[in-house]
Amino acid sequence: MSSLAQSQLRETFELNIGPQHPATHGVLRVKVVMDGEYIDRAEPILGYIHRMHEKMGENRTWNQFWPNMGRLDYLSAMAYNHCYAGLMERAMGIEVPERAEYIRVITAELNRIQSHLLGFGAYIMDLGGFTPLMYAMDEREQILDLLESVTGSRLTYCYFRFGGVYNDIDDDFITGTRAFLKRFRPQVPMYHKLVTGNVILMDRLVGIGPLTPEICRKYGATGPVLRGSGINYDIRRNEPYSVYPELDFDIPVYKECDSMARYMVRMDEMLQSCRIIEQALNKLPEGPVMAEKVPKALKPPKGDYHYAVEAARGTFSMRTVSDGTNTSYRMRLRSPTYSNVSLFEEASRGMLLSDALAFLGSLDPVIPEMDR
Amino acid sequence: MLAAAGLPAEQPQEEAPVEVQAEGEGEAKAKAKKEEDVPRKNGLIETDYAKRGTHLDVQINPDQVVRAAEILDSEGMTLEMVTGVDWIKEGQLEVIYDYSYSGGQLFRVVVRARVDRNNPDIPTVCHLYGGANWHERETWEMLGINFVGHPQLEHFLLPEDADFYPLRKDFKP
Amino acid sequence: MNELIRLLAYMLGIAAFLGLNLAYLGWVERKGAGHIQRRTGPKDVGPYGLLQPLADGLKLMSKQLVVPDKADKIIYMSAPVLIMVPAVLLFVAIPFGEHLVPREFSFGLIMMFAFASVAGLSILIGGWGSGNKYSLIAGTRAVSQNIAYEIPMLITAITIVMITGSLDLNEIIRQQGSYIWHWNIFRLDKSILMPVSFLVFFICSVAETNRTPFDMGECEGELVAGYHTEYGGMGFGLYMMAEYANLVIGTSLITILFLGGWQCPLGLLPGPHWFLIKMYFLIWVFVWIRWTFPRTTFWGLLNLSWKYLIPFSLVNLLLTALFIKVF
Repeated sequence: MSSLAQSQLRETFELNIGPQHPATHGVLRVKVVMDGEYIDRAEPILGYIHRMHEKMGENRTWNQFWPNMGRLDYLSAMAYNHCYAGLMERAMGIEVPERAEYIRVITAELNRIQSHLLGFGAYIMDLGGFTPLMYAMDEREQILDLLESVTGSRLTYCYFRFGGVYNDIDDDFITGTRAFLKRFRPQVPMYHKLVTGNVILMDRLVGIGPLTPEICRKYGATGPVLRGSGINYDIRRNEPYSVYPELDFDIPVYKECDSMARYMVRMDEMLQSCRIIEQALNKLPEGPVMAEKVPKALKPPKGDYHYAVEAARGTFSMRTVSDGTNTSYRMRLRSPTYSNVSLFEEASRGMLLSDALAFLGSLDPVIPEMDR
Repeated sequence: MLAAAGLPAEQPQEEAPVEVQAEGEGEAKAKAKKEEDVPRKNGLIETDYAKRGTHLDVQINPDQVVRAAEILDSEGMTLEMVTGVDWIKEGQLEVIYDYSYSGGQLFRVVVRARVDRNNPDIPTVCHLYGGANWHERETWEMLGINFVGHPQLEHFLLPEDADFYPLRKDFKP
Repeated sequence: MNELIRLLAYMLGIAAFLGLNLAYLGWVERKGAGHIQRRTGPKDVGPYGLLQPLADGLKLMSKQLVVPDKADKIIYMSAPVLIMVPAVLLFVAIPFGEHLVPREFSFGLIMMFAFASVAGLSILIGGWGSGNKYSLIAGTRAVSQNIAYEIPMLITAITIVMITGSLDLNEIIRQQGSYIWHWNIFRLDKSILMPVSFLVFFICSVAETNRTPFDMGECEGELVAGYHTEYGGMGFGLYMMAEYANLVIGTSLITILFLGGWQCPLGLLPGPHWFLIKMYFLIWVFVWIRWTFPRTTFWGLLNLSWKYLIPFSLVNLLLTALFIKVF
């Protein structure tokens, strides 16, 4: 058959995987052009929750921008707090007391566990298994209660300040965290037995959504997506900040490049975070939690500043251009989900639709941080 | 490690934590473009990692952006983000490319280019880095910088009928 | 006259049994789901949430029945009814006890399978009548799943028929002796692969009743639609009730064919209570499976049937024939 006749025979139809999802990714619209069951072209369309945080950064003073940091990636807000705090501390040269650094690490790692738990639960629910979500929510409630007792908010934290944290942790928090760790650690093998070893799940994850390290590099994908492709890159190790150099933990890396590898990276990271928290609790020094001479109205010297942290989804970095006044001239937020999902279009060509959705879930997108 | 070939003499390297040698683009950079006083000149900008967060910061001509991307791509670096800045007082728009090694040593490179505000054309790098596609699209949408050769310069985060550039300093909501 | 009274009594009995089951199986499912998921299920409405089905029924009945614009009105309205009817009809042939069967058909087994196939057709009708292309896709997927899983089911049933020599359901039960090792599931003298064919039949039943992990038609998170998306109010209620009715039919079929129906495991007091015990135990296993496993992919589902279950059941058929001939 001539190629002209063949291309006329191929009929594609357009499908809209609409902004409203039954799963918890957020408001992501994917316009999919399908050839039967295979995806010809999948185009994510963003902007449904675009709130223009970058412009807000220009219109608010440095201190007034704090609440925005909790609302970007609401599941990993502590890491975003950490980045902003680190950015201004780098710009102004503020020294953070050690106790504050340890508290920052403890809360950030608790937040990471909570984010991975939700990612795990929501991902399995996407695939049809409703039970792990409830188990994950159970564990998450304990973490949220702990963090609420210290920060006052359950999800959108605004806990760090320039120079430290604003509220010290008390003994209740420490005993609560230790109790949580003691309860959580044996649960993870149970999740593996229940979920990971399930043959139906393995059928749906193994070999699905292969991402070579090259495509990850081209698109700037970071976090579990990159570590599931065999590349050992974690800001906590490669570009250490805070007290991470003093803590002993491993970076889980899996070489298989498929959805199962990314899922396993997240599960292992939860256990590593437990290790970090335990060490940090043991090493927690006494002292102040706020640096002493932090000016009320910050005026960082002119120029560009850049800071990167490891959020739950990858590298979150901020670049600010300061012109010496008390507002930023330009605040740029680089969210990991933005780069991670940008490779969906190229990677999903020729995939079957359910595989593509399982692949999208394995990238663990959180749309508010993508749209900012 | 970037291979080197002569730094422009007027801007010495400050204490960089990693030994840096500029490369082939040194010759291209060396022809400093004549600009006004206020906007920054092309060339190496002194950076201190502890202070700024990047190791190498250079400003080049807009038409050299693709060559810079090619050099950094062949080194195995990844493009993390593309930022646009509106320098309204200088009448210029700046595009900042952030590169890093995702998987090796710590080395951050920032490549900047300035374009005229009334004629903001700059070649695209999305044929080299697929990730630049979305970043450039957003930068166009927010600031109006035209990336020549971009396959899909359409509205992304803003609604389709938006005819303004929100991040410009003269934007009135 | 006696016959008429008897028939009326059975009709009322079946209606009552069915009504209670359909309502309270939903309660069992939600309570079971809750406890498996480390939470309690419904507990506010009535003690232990026992009046929850009543509340649900009232809610569904009070909703407005909206017919979408593009839907074919007659097909749209008749699809839920068409799904419910075969499920209810089949109760006329199920032997709850030795003499507790509304009408004894000598071809009972064939009748059950015939009406179960009609249910598959009505899924397609529902999907088509909705006027929604995603419902149509989901409906076609559900139909192809139904067809694919009916075949191993039928072949395994033929195996049983070969052993028993009769299509009458009550006869099949009678021929399985009283004791648990005489039941068809353990009848290794007739075919060494009998327990495995029980598993095959069980899996096919899960697929036929469109339950997770094989519920492609219903709650496909992918296309965000199922064949019953466009239905609200009692139309949706009828779909849910039909699902539970099919569940009851499916489990009673397994009980009859493999687990000895109303026979007692130790030969003591045979009767309808044993039938119900076994049926409810199987229903509990179905609920348990639903809340434990994620969903398969569509081609994984079809692969399982066409590439594994069908060849296996054919092998079992030949083996049984061999055994019967030789021994």
